[in-house]
Amino acid sequence: METENLKVVNKRVLKMDALGLACGEPVFTDDVDINGMLYGRILWSHYAHARIKKIDTREAEKVPGVKAVLTYKNVPRVPHTTAGQGYPEPSPYDSYVLDNKVRFVGDRVAAVAAETPEAAEAALKLIKVEYEILPAVFDVFEAVKDGAPIIHDEEDAKNIPDAKHNIAAKFDFEVRNGDWFKDADFVVEHTYKMPYLQHCAIEPHTVITSFDHFGRLIIRTSTQVPFHVRRIVAQALRIPVKKIRVIKPRIGGGFGSKQEVLLEDITAALTLKTGKPVKIEYTRRETFISSRTRHPATVRLKTGVRKDGTITDAEMDITLNTGAYGSHALTVMMCSGSHTLPMYKVANNIRFIGKSVYTNLPVSGAYRGYGATQGFFAWESQMDIMANKIAMDPVEFRKKNYIRLGEGSPVFKAMGEGREGVEQVITSIGLYEGIEAGLKAINWHEKKKKYKNQSGQLRRGLGMACMMQGSGIPEVDMASATLKMNEDGSFNLMVGAADLGTGSDTILAQIAAEVLGVKAEDVIVYSADTDLTPFDVGAYASSTTFISGNAVKKTAEKVRGMIIAVAAKILDRKPDDLRLEGGKVVAKDGAACSLSEVANTSLYYYDQHQIVASASHYAHTSPPPFAANFVEVEVDTGTGKIAILNYISCVDCGTAINPELAEGQNDGAVLNGIGHTLSEEMEFSSNGTPLNASFRRYKIFNTADMPAIKTILIPTFEPNGPFGAKSVSEIGINGPLPAVANAVQDAVGARLFSSPFTPEKVIAAIKNLQPVS
Amino acid sequence: MKKENARLKAVNGIFEICLGINGVKKSFSVKNTEFLLDALRRHGYKSVKKGCDTGDCGSCTVIFNGKPALACLIPAFTAHGSEITTIEGLGTVQNPHPLQEAFVEAGAVQCGFCIPGMILSSKHLLDANPEPSEEEIRKYLDGNLCRCTGYVKQIQAVRMAAKRIKNGEKRFRGKAS
Repeated sequence: METENLKVVNKRVLKMDALGLACGEPVFTDDVDINGMLYGRILWSHYAHARIKKIDTREAEKVPGVKAVLTYKNVPRVPHTTAGQGYPEPSPYDSYVLDNKVRFVGDRVAAVAAETPEAAEAALKLIKVEYEILPAVFDVFEAVKDGAPIIHDEEDAKNIPDAKHNIAAKFDFEVRNGDWFKDADFVVEHTYKMPYLQHCAIEPHTVITSFDHFGRLIIRTSTQVPFHVRRIVAQALRIPVKKIRVIKPRIGGGFGSKQEVLLEDITAALTLKTGKPVKIEYTRRETFISSRTRHPATVRLKTGVRKDGTITDAEMDITLNTGAYGSHALTVMMCSGSHTLPMYKVANNIRFIGKSVYTNLPVSGAYRGYGATQGFFAWESQMDIMANKIAMDPVEFRKKNYIRLGEGSPVFKAMGEGREGVEQVITSIGLYEGIEAGLKAINWHEKKKKYKNQSGQLRRGLGMACMMQGSGIPEVDMASATLKMNEDGSFNLMVGAADLGTGSDTILAQIAAEVLGVKAEDVIVYSADTDLTPFDVGAYASSTTFISGNAVKKTAEKVRGMIIAVAAKILDRKPDDLRLEGGKVVAKDGAACSLSEVANTSLYYYDQHQIVASASHYAHTSPPPFAANFVEVEVDTGTGKIAILNYISCVDCGTAINPELAEGQNDGAVLNGIGHTLSEEMEFSSNGTPLNASFRRYKIFNTADMPAIKTILIPTFEPNGPFGAKSVSEIGINGPLPAVANAVQDAVGARLFSSPFTPEKVIAAIKNLQPVS
Repeated sequence: MKKENARLKAVNGIFEICLGINGVKKSFSVKNTEFLLDALRRHGYKSVKKGCDTGDCGSCTVIFNGKPALACLIPAFTAHGSEITTIEGLGTVQNPHPLQEAFVEAGAVQCGFCIPGMILSSKHLLDANPEPSEEEIRKYLDGNLCRCTGYVKQIQAVRMAAKRIKNGEKRFRGKAS
């Protein structure tokens, strides 16, 4: 295997920006002081659905210090999507910088820029708006009915499949090999529900826009998608791409919420209007309401199973709530099937029926897991229900059915992201090893015996779930890198990839260093600046390690070739006899020269040239990482409280480029998933007003709440990945919901179908206790 | 403190306050409506982060007169005469504090936004309790939210730092190149 002689990859390398961050260096978007900067504020809608009949900004404009007030009347009207996706985006073009209609509580009405925050806020209060209140709809199943309020009735929106029925996206497909459920001994059908969830990146989204001395617009933003931001802002404000530079400093977490144009367009519009630098930062409340959320989901899953453990048929019917706009409406919905349906062999028929529906609630978007979280809650719950039905051990049932090395699935081809997918077979899988490691770590068999005949108020139980995800979007995502050599044998690596706290800058440096035979610290990374780094779609779809990593590897290989060409002349050896090692070029016979000698020769002495290269990567497959998660819970049958005693997450991410960072990614994803499971839910009043848009009322886990979590990396070698790597950042979030639901069933015999699993729901499930079939 | 406040007078809503930040005496002009978080950031202490501005996330934690406090909840003028430590006062990239080193080495820093607050809370914990148990660490850090790490490596980092401080170890000293 290629991993055996690795020196930098798969080794402990400290995250390169960690010390600066731990010392509080001013590296985030908001950590700069810009002279003459104006403060931007947005007037948000208090109504869930209303038309702006009149808007009068005259009084607001008179407030001392106010420099601009924007409404739909004085910004360009260009239908676009805010989703930071590859072009042409598969999302509907249903968004405007500002519109004459508001579609949820928290939608934009107007924007102000002023010399002080106080003046900006005073001006907001003086904007007079006369609304025509429209009937609103908050339930997806109401929204699709004839006669429901039409949320996108504007004529210039594009790519909305059925605006009259509020359908923002739909996709169906079927693999038919005979009559439905004819071979099934049992048919199991259940509906699983997930509510609105927020990302809760601790840094609120912040944007600062300004003009440089060439009159170009500089957008400094906490984004996961700098190149998409450049393109979408250019489109929405009708300015040329060449007039825009997007710079991503360090980002304080994203988890998908920043895979979006959230404030960049409106902040830029204020700078265009005033000629001055403008900053807009979300408050925490605004982050909850007006950034993005996870799509609430209703998943109906109907499966057939034979007594021998064969899954005969699977029908997955998913309805997502995309909220007021269709950002990621199609793609998240498709991923809820495309990332889950290939997981197990289905002998006969597969059907997927998906739609994303507009409602007058906050906008759903990309969120770590991207549909797979919703899909796996259903699938992995149902796997246990089916196993119980046929009296098979749920672990054995999964082992019998999961996709094997070399196998494909009709789903890969049928369902991509927003379009047809790409055929692929599994080229690496460590699921068996993951299951075995997890069973051992949680002491499954012994504890199962121990908990068999429990009595009393506290009952313990064990549950597990298996998952897969992807590694980038095949035949869609592209990343590139540029690498240049310096006199001292160090390298500058320029990548479009956007490190959002994941450590991608570090792992990309490791990949380059491995190829070049140097230490990771000899590779200086500069990332995510549309002027200075080559294109990359950005940090999403678990693509960075796999797609950007391959781009860096290719680039480094090109540079290695250039170094060897120079060294061959210095050493008077054949290029084929040379290799890079320990900061030197070494010949087979032991002759060697340092990289600095190579660099100096190329820069100053002979056939002078800069050793520099670029390369891009575009993948035809998206090798899934696999994971097996195990959990032990204690359920208080009196209070309904679920305590997670131990959580083991075994993940096959191929070669972990940086094992510590890979573990950290998975730990974080798992705890986020545990939050989804036990406490997180955005709540709304009957008129669509968010009720718990703060950390005080929307509970994410803290150190005191968190259970024991252990990530176990299961090494495999993915032949298409850089040094065998696959993705790792998203998969972990998909496990806790089904694993805990399965463990609760194991403990008390009651099944939970709707998250979060609050004590009230647990008590209700126990009260209604009847064998779930 | 009370005595100091008594001498303060707002002129046009602006207070002139004196305070010690990281051992250096400073004079700030602060608005009467302003909170310490905004005042500190405005005066260049960018390590004090605004994650919620409502006292819920812990990102703006500073050591305020010897105790961790949330800068977003302290009216700025009441900081007159106080002593404040921000993460800049704990250690620097050239000469980090063992807690900063440990957070790096344990892989406890992902996006890093919550880290200054979390390290300052940890510092106060270790000052009071040099050998905390895992339970004590968890209990003490419960006011510092992090969404990236799952806290697993952060708790390890505090334990690592405690051990190193006890043994007088320091890793990165002089390794500023």
